[in-house]
Amino acid sequence: MSVDADTVRRVAHLARVAVANDEVANLQGELNAILAFVEQLAEVDVEGVDAMTSVTPIAMKMRNDDVTDGGIADAIVRNAPAQEDHFFLVPKVVE
Amino acid sequence: MTNLTALTLAQARSGLRRKDFSAVELVEAHLDAVAAARALNAFVLETPDRARDMARAADARLAKGEGAALEGLPLGIKDLFCTEGIRTTACSRILESFVPAYESTVTANLWRDGAVLLGKLNNDEFAMGSSNETSCFGPVVSPWRRRGSDVKLVPGGSSGGSAAAVAAGLCVGAVGTDTGGSIRQPAAFCGVVGMKPTYGRCSRWGIVAFASSLDQAGPFSRTVRDCAILLRSMAGHDAKDTTCVDLSVPDYERAVGASVKGMRIGIPKEYRMSGMAADIETLWQQGARWLKDAGAEMVDISLPMTKYALPAYYIVAPAEASSNLARYDGVRYGLRVGGRDIIEMYERTRAAGFGKEVRRRIMIGTYVLSAGYYDAYYLRAQKVRTLIKRDFEECFAAGIDAVLTPTTPSAAFGIGEKGRADPIEMYLNDVFTVTVNMAGLPGISVPSGLDAQGLPLGLQLIGRPFEEETLFALGAVIEQAAGMFQPQPWWC
Repeated sequence: MSVDADTVRRVAHLARVAVANDEVANLQGELNAILAFVEQLAEVDVEGVDAMTSVTPIAMKMRNDDVTDGGIADAIVRNAPAQEDHFFLVPKVVE
Repeated sequence: MTNLTALTLAQARSGLRRKDFSAVELVEAHLDAVAAARALNAFVLETPDRARDMARAADARLAKGEGAALEGLPLGIKDLFCTEGIRTTACSRILESFVPAYESTVTANLWRDGAVLLGKLNNDEFAMGSSNETSCFGPVVSPWRRRGSDVKLVPGGSSGGSAAAVAAGLCVGAVGTDTGGSIRQPAAFCGVVGMKPTYGRCSRWGIVAFASSLDQAGPFSRTVRDCAILLRSMAGHDAKDTTCVDLSVPDYERAVGASVKGMRIGIPKEYRMSGMAADIETLWQQGARWLKDAGAEMVDISLPMTKYALPAYYIVAPAEASSNLARYDGVRYGLRVGGRDIIEMYERTRAAGFGKEVRRRIMIGTYVLSAGYYDAYYLRAQKVRTLIKRDFEECFAAGIDAVLTPTTPSAAFGIGEKGRADPIEMYLNDVFTVTVNMAGLPGISVPSGLDAQGLPLGLQLIGRPFEEETLFALGAVIEQAAGMFQPQPWWC
């Protein structure tokens, strides 16, 4: 499979990365090189094979559903590009 | 007085315990070495004040006879580990001013054991690269040069700063991460020891995530013994990472020097690739002879899925990366570039903040996870991954204790030499290491010789899950036979 220029633009939008028009051709070439490389997986017979979900056979531990942390709003917003009264500020999203 | 930066970690540990020198003296010598080696660009942040404070505290504990396992030993930390109050960037513009409010579990374990932070080490942006050329701070220059040449070489990647800093004697050990070879490949390129432990051995909490089912932290050092010492402190259960196993941590150092007599070592025929450098083939055979001389038995094995590991990796890793990196949206932390609406803000922020390689992988990941392609790409790759793991399981079930391979298909290359036109050319660097991540196994790279141009080459040993000790024992045999390798210090 290979991607065309429109697919590159669509994927870029899905990934929320702005791509300038003059970058599309290059990206298309690079993505197609990678897709051509992974194409060889089609020759593997995977009939009846389970997809890997965990590389280690060990069962995950469960913990009690307790609140163990909190009261650190200052620390949480400290790295925010824009914040006010412990809220993250973003451009208007609801009309 | 002895040259304090020439000491191995174990030697420095002994010297501190004997009070031949203080932790402050040891740390000052390394801070001087770091300052004199800025031409290598190995450190992206030096933390001399923190280092001096930690060294003084270590000296106080040593004086009281309360020194812990790594007391007073100066380390460098890959800039992928969150360090509380100390800028952590993953070497990406999108995190250029991020100061974590928390400490990664692995680094917290090191400080608990008395280690001293010298600074944060350069890496490929978000650990995506095999040459350390994708860092927003610019490439690391390898301390190694080809004989009679001053061409600047790559240290490998993504933990290029870690490998270079240890090779150049800037720290007694370092910490990195390995998703597809990011510890073992730079260790091989720089002539140092590097280990990727079994998936789940070290906590991933507080490490900037790349591909969560593959990422694992591990140590760099100049000797196998030093690597064993560091891993013991790094490893251990952590309730904050549910994939981190609750298994006791062995005293890995005791495995160094243990007998390897009777061990069965698999030599996989699929790793004999066309186009592999002749030096590497020779070295591989040499490594097998060294282990044989020590009483191990060499067994020809087959790992038929080997050739599919890299293509499967370039579906699984970008898919996980695209999900993990969705968090960089310019809202909660990191860079923000404004737009007309929130979508445009996201898109502009991420376009400005991510480098080319990261953007490429996010897009591949987004594509293979998108509607209509998930089964053909992602699901198939995860099935192939099951088969890759099965290859190893069958060998281990047949009595193989470890697998011996070259670490890389070539020695280090020049900065700017690879991957310009075709990203696959760079990806092929990880062809021998990536299988280990796909199967979740432990792997170690041990420096084993120099090529015709005088550049270091490494051999890789792959072990059964949670049997790192076997790798330390076998690695020590190779190290003993091969000797140690040090670059000429042209940078200072």
